[in-house]
Amino acid sequence: MYISTFHLMPHRELPDDFEKRYQSVWVTPPFHELADAKRVGQYYNWTLDELIAAAKAGSDGVCTNEHHQNAYGFMPSPNMMGSVLARATQGLNCAIVQMGATLPATQPPIRIAEEYAMLDSISGGRLVAGMPLGTSQDLNLCYGISPIEQRERYREAHDLIIKAWTSREIFAWNGKYTQLPMVNLWPRPIQQPHPPIWVPGAGSTSTFAYAAERDHCYCFLSYFGFKSASYSVREKYWKVVEEKGRNQNPYRLGFLQLVGVSETDAQAEKDYAKHVEYFYHKMLHLPAEWLGVPGYQDYQSMANSFRNPMIANAFMSLKEKRYKDFLNDGYVACGSPATVRDQLKDLSESLRVGNLMVLLQIGSMPHELALKNIELFFREVAPALRPIWDDEWENHWWPAGLRRKVHRGATA
Amino acid sequence: MITVTDRRVAVWQKKINVNVKVAGSGPPVVFLHGAGGLEWTEFLDTLATRHTVYAPVHPGTTAGDPDAIANLDNLWDLVLYYYEVLDALGLRSVPIIGHSFGGMVAAELAASNPERVSKLAMICPIGLWRDDTPIPNWMIVTPASDIVKLLLYEPDGPIAKQMFGESNTETVIKTVWSMACTGKFVWPIPDKGLKKRIHRIQAPTLLLWGKQDKLVSPVYAQEFASRISGAKIEFIDKAGHLPFVEHPARVAGLVEDFLLA
Repeated sequence: MYISTFHLMPHRELPDDFEKRYQSVWVTPPFHELADAKRVGQYYNWTLDELIAAAKAGSDGVCTNEHHQNAYGFMPSPNMMGSVLARATQGLNCAIVQMGATLPATQPPIRIAEEYAMLDSISGGRLVAGMPLGTSQDLNLCYGISPIEQRERYREAHDLIIKAWTSREIFAWNGKYTQLPMVNLWPRPIQQPHPPIWVPGAGSTSTFAYAAERDHCYCFLSYFGFKSASYSVREKYWKVVEEKGRNQNPYRLGFLQLVGVSETDAQAEKDYAKHVEYFYHKMLHLPAEWLGVPGYQDYQSMANSFRNPMIANAFMSLKEKRYKDFLNDGYVACGSPATVRDQLKDLSESLRVGNLMVLLQIGSMPHELALKNIELFFREVAPALRPIWDDEWENHWWPAGLRRKVHRGATA
Repeated sequence: MITVTDRRVAVWQKKINVNVKVAGSGPPVVFLHGAGGLEWTEFLDTLATRHTVYAPVHPGTTAGDPDAIANLDNLWDLVLYYYEVLDALGLRSVPIIGHSFGGMVAAELAASNPERVSKLAMICPIGLWRDDTPIPNWMIVTPASDIVKLLLYEPDGPIAKQMFGESNTETVIKTVWSMACTGKFVWPIPDKGLKKRIHRIQAPTLLLWGKQDKLVSPVYAQEFASRISGAKIEFIDKAGHLPFVEHPARVAGLVEDFLLA
């Protein structure tokens, strides 16, 4: 298993009554009432320091992503963060996992091809190229993209970026959303034919199929934990992979998990309970309608989600839950090193996950505590998880220069 | 008793097989529905007593063919597509009534080819924009049930109960997809250049507006009227954004008089 550290760069100091006083953490929270530009500068620096600390502690990768107009995680440009990380992790076996620049939000999309090629160059070939569709609230509400066009824009941008990376000839791009007379990308990525591609998603079957058809790694970004994802992953994702004629290599799947490690289970509750509750009560405080503006999902997915509102119901009931519920329902993996090890082993085996992403700075978690979590996780938990899958499978969705050898016949 | 029949019309290189509701007898009139989709109501029944009413549904909202919408990229395509729908129905020059989104489409048709639209009746149309009176984005109303406050003069009245009282999953799906397919042509701001083209409208024009319309403010009535030569405005008191549902007899009467004049 490969383990990357994910960071959202959240607002860590929202008022206690935030979710009562404000409509939403996304799109409409007033910056000047809730934040201070100098303090925000401190958040960015803490975020970078925490990811660099994770890389030094042995994290296989560091992940940043893109969101807009919010206090949940505000890195409008993940590539700016990635650039700092690429430079600061020189000499470490750490991938720069951009989860990443949102394809339909960038025009023309070759801008992403260029920036990712820059990151691959600066990092010496350590880039993982995430290709996110973008959320409805970011792309439709903040960036004005027509919801019903978002997926088509995404697919066109994906194809353009790959062609821009791989074509030896100058080419004209006559797309529906982008027309370019002479594409001749400078720079080009070090990794050939192109860096590994990860497709983040929230469990929609059409994205499962899209990733499997193109032989990309699909990354399930769920905040409802591995237990709730289990049906979707086992009964849908791996079946779609099989139907598309791909093997069952666990590295085809990434999964994001909130993790808190402390000396004991009791200490973990003392350390992390309030930050976990802050995360679920404040960071995900937004109108359910904004998660899917009409047209964001195709007709069938939209109809399914109204007929079987499992995710909507889980989302609506977050504020009724407390730390113990989040723990029991597997939304978070928190506890002593042994507890967390067991939970994550269970997760990786039940979902067949090769590329685990862990969120170690959660919500309001202060810098010092985040560093403790990072340190404990990589010292006490990660070493026991790494050998999983290494006896049989190679991570083809990882920069070649950073891949570990497969020890066939060794026990996991 | 009016019988409403469903007619399928294949247009746009036969890629779109759209449903058109047809009822009544007499001279033809076309009705273009708003963003929420087509509901056959008393207003259309009344019109059908003296006219043949043709009410095509927006592309993508015909049952069983949601992906039809993928064949139309922009407003230019949509306008040309509607000429083909009119051709297929044998309507060379016809009065068009449009509500809200449908009002904007009707205005675009009348502006782009004045010969095809003999009379134009717009009920609280979108299509123009004033920064001092922004139109709330109906696709992101939260909670979704609050939409009724933007649509109706009496959000707690009997019409509200009838239209929004019981939340039926299949109705919600239909409405959401209709908003998705109409939204394609107006997201995120319903101002796609009509102001540059509206002066080309030659058809006698009637604007009908709910005096208490909270979605598209009645100030827009003057915005439209001032740009269309000879346009007449009728305000409907005690009506919001759905005056033809809130006061069907009154609105049908005004439209009848306009069509027969």
